[in-house]
Amino acid sequence: MTAESTRAVEKERSMLLQKELIGGHYDALARAHEEGKKVVYTFVPGNLTELLRSFDLLPVLPEINALQSGMRRKSAEYIAEAEKAGHSEDVCTYVKCDIGMLRKGNVGPTGQTLPKPDLLLLSYTGCFTFMKWFELLRQEYDCPVAMLHVPYQADGRIHGHHLAYIVDQLKREVIPQLESITGRTFDEDRLRESLGRSAAAEEDFVRVLESAKHVPSPVDAYFGGVYYIGPIFSAFRGTAEAIEYYRVLREEVEARTRAGEGPITPEGPMGRERYRLVVEGPPNWTSFREFWKMFYGEGAVVVASTYTKVGGLYDRGFRHDPARPLESLAEYCLGCYTNLGLPTRVELLEKYIREYRADGFVINSVKSCNSFSVGQLAMLRQLEERTGVPGAFIESDLVDPRYFSAANIRNRLESYLQMLDQKRAAGAGR
Amino acid sequence: MSRLAEIVSRVESLAADVDLESVRRWKAERPGRRAIGHMPIAVPRELILAAGMLPVGIVGAGDRLEIIRGDAHFQSYICHIPRSTIELALTGRLDALDGMLFPSICDVIRNLSGIWQLLFPGRYVRYVDVPQNFDPAVGGRYWRAELDALREDFQRMTGDPLNDESLREAIAVYNENRRAIRELYAARSTAPWSFPTAEMYQVLRAGNLLPPEDHTALVRDYIREAALDPDRREEDRSRVVLVGMFCEQPPIGLLLTLERAGCWIVDDDLLLGLRWLVDDVPLDGDPLENLTRAFLDQHVRTASMYEPEGRRGTWLVDSVRARGADGVIFCAPSFCDPALLDQPMLTSALDRAGIPHTEFKYSEDTGQFAVIREQAGTFSDSIRLWSET
Ligand code: SF4
Ligand code: SF4
Repeated sequence: MTAESTRAVEKERSMLLQKELIGGHYDALARAHEEGKKVVYTFVPGNLTELLRSFDLLPVLPEINALQSGMRRKSAEYIAEAEKAGHSEDVCTYVKCDIGMLRKGNVGPTGQTLPKPDLLLLSYTGCFTFMKWFELLRQEYDCPVAMLHVPYQADGRIHGHHLAYIVDQLKREVIPQLESITGRTFDEDRLRESLGRSAAAEEDFVRVLESAKHVPSPVDAYFGGVYYIGPIFSAFRGTAEAIEYYRVLREEVEARTRAGEGPITPEGPMGRERYRLVVEGPPNWTSFREFWKMFYGEGAVVVASTYTKVGGLYDRGFRHDPARPLESLAEYCLGCYTNLGLPTRVELLEKYIREYRADGFVINSVKSCNSFSVGQLAMLRQLEERTGVPGAFIESDLVDPRYFSAANIRNRLESYLQMLDQKRAAGAGR
Repeated sequence: MSRLAEIVSRVESLAADVDLESVRRWKAERPGRRAIGHMPIAVPRELILAAGMLPVGIVGAGDRLEIIRGDAHFQSYICHIPRSTIELALTGRLDALDGMLFPSICDVIRNLSGIWQLLFPGRYVRYVDVPQNFDPAVGGRYWRAELDALREDFQRMTGDPLNDESLREAIAVYNENRRAIRELYAARSTAPWSFPTAEMYQVLRAGNLLPPEDHTALVRDYIREAALDPDRREEDRSRVVLVGMFCEQPPIGLLLTLERAGCWIVDDDLLLGLRWLVDDVPLDGDPLENLTRAFLDQHVRTASMYEPEGRRGTWLVDSVRARGADGVIFCAPSFCDPALLDQPMLTSALDRAGIPHTEFKYSEDTGQFAVIREQAGTFSDSIRLWSET
């Protein structure tokens, strides 16, 4: 085998590992109840995966099911089903997609039926809709709910009483419920071990994200980034498998950096890097590949994104800390991106634009998500003022294909990139 | 002009006071006075009052302002109230306010607090994150710390200590105010023909602007005068409960239309922030602790508040029964996540209880009511037939 082909095989390894991880998890879910295992539905932001795993509980993340339904082009049918049942056209499409999927038999992304929840863990972090979503599911499943209210970081600071509030809830509400559905007592040592493993994987994950500071960037930190966040934002944080995945991924990315290569796209390695962009807002899932192609087709690579921070801001230094298990989980919940005030979000984006030497930034404003979208126009103006870098504003939705207008978005992006060219030419001519 | 006509004209002009003239006048009466604005639903108005400041409820501009700059801040799929509220602020109409509180009603108001910080640096802004855990040792401990922080902010602002005695007095004032509002709701339910909703709503709404003692007196005057008006005669119409209007306000024309369509509105969730606590707050003991506990145990049941027992809709069924209503009209602002996500749960509770309902959406600046009138009329006729059978 030549050195070249060895690397080509290795490039695939992280993807294969991730596929195995996810496939294995859905298999485990399909067998869960047969094997006497309990299942907890919960949300990505502020998820308590290590705590759940310390009770041998299996998490299901309905947001991920919804986005997978979007990618598999099932979401339109599911949303229609929910609207037929009386859900408003105006509200978050993740919720409707999930409810529609449930009504159509709750078949998950791998074609296996998802088990019913034994508990709904309502990690109420960064999004009002989460509360309504699980209240709606509670009506469908008639199972217990554990509520974890995470206060909003409006002024960008973690206050002592916010932290204490979350720890109190963990102790008096969440852990007792987990004990009650499993019949086990809370094992703090097990939790600590798991948090230690989280921190190890987080370290490598951050290296992957930060590799995009290199020119050319070896990764796309948005379209590629949504794959990289998969294990750590979902069911695998705190597992040995996640450590392995991020180690392999980091090695692959470092090899690409050394070789001066760009990101891998669905059509193979990306061509020359022409634009470095920062993206705010979640992607569209129903036309994910088409959307991505609008970027890489023009040589635009996303060097940093905020969506890859909804499950934690590891790149700003946060690590799960085995020495302070519950406090550390509380800090984690407080620090997720959508739980941050607008001024903090603007500061973060400003830093990304500077630190990653971006030529521009794009806001993808999704109809579904008030948590993300309200205020993005003010953020756009602030960022332009502060950095002198012009921004682009596009509108779409997460999983409702009715709100993805490819032609409009392509036009908008193309003219934006042309504008960046002109700006560059003017700068060079000076 | 009759006393009643005077009251009505006063509350109408207050409802139209988008420039906060009444607040400016109040402040001008004594130099150094301050006013704190707050968005709809829960804020501890008692603390503002105890600090010697005027709590001012801000509910957007309705249909009274052309939105020129506000639309540039919000995408088309976001409700209307933040647009008109930003428009009010950008045009200097809220300059009489010395600060703004944004309660945790939804992510729109939450992020509006951030827009405020970005657009108006240096102004006092606070997001008031109401506890969703109602255990005194957990949510109570947290809420107490939030209230302590608010108390400190206000002390800093006024330069005066906010002592327990003034807080106790403020609690007593608001207990009385909420009692008067409860009397108003009870009176309307008994004789809705005497208290047409469009009118009584504006009486209630005056509480957004007036000092609470004045508002209490006004509400009681109104109850007395309206009940005495010989022109208001009993009339048999369907009785309905209105749900979904707890944040963005309906245009007055919409309330008029509903009653003209043949129903009496006998309960609603308009301006819940003025009646957030459903019972008196005790006056004995530590007043801040009492206020803390009241927010845990005595808050209104509404979409933005978690229901630990999972019995969404029981309060609505109870209200329908207590008010002797025949049905429910869901009337929510377009794009209002809390109201619209709540609705399927409420309708299933009503269906289980065999209570008829209908629904439509509005925007605070809606000007066309023909469709709503027709739909409400049909609904009203059908539930009357229903209740007669
Ligand atoms: S509103 Fe946004 S954060 Fe909340 S569930 Fe919907 S997409 Fe997720
Ligand atoms: S109308 Fe509804 S969505 Fe809009 S700000 Fe009010 S509660 Fe939020």
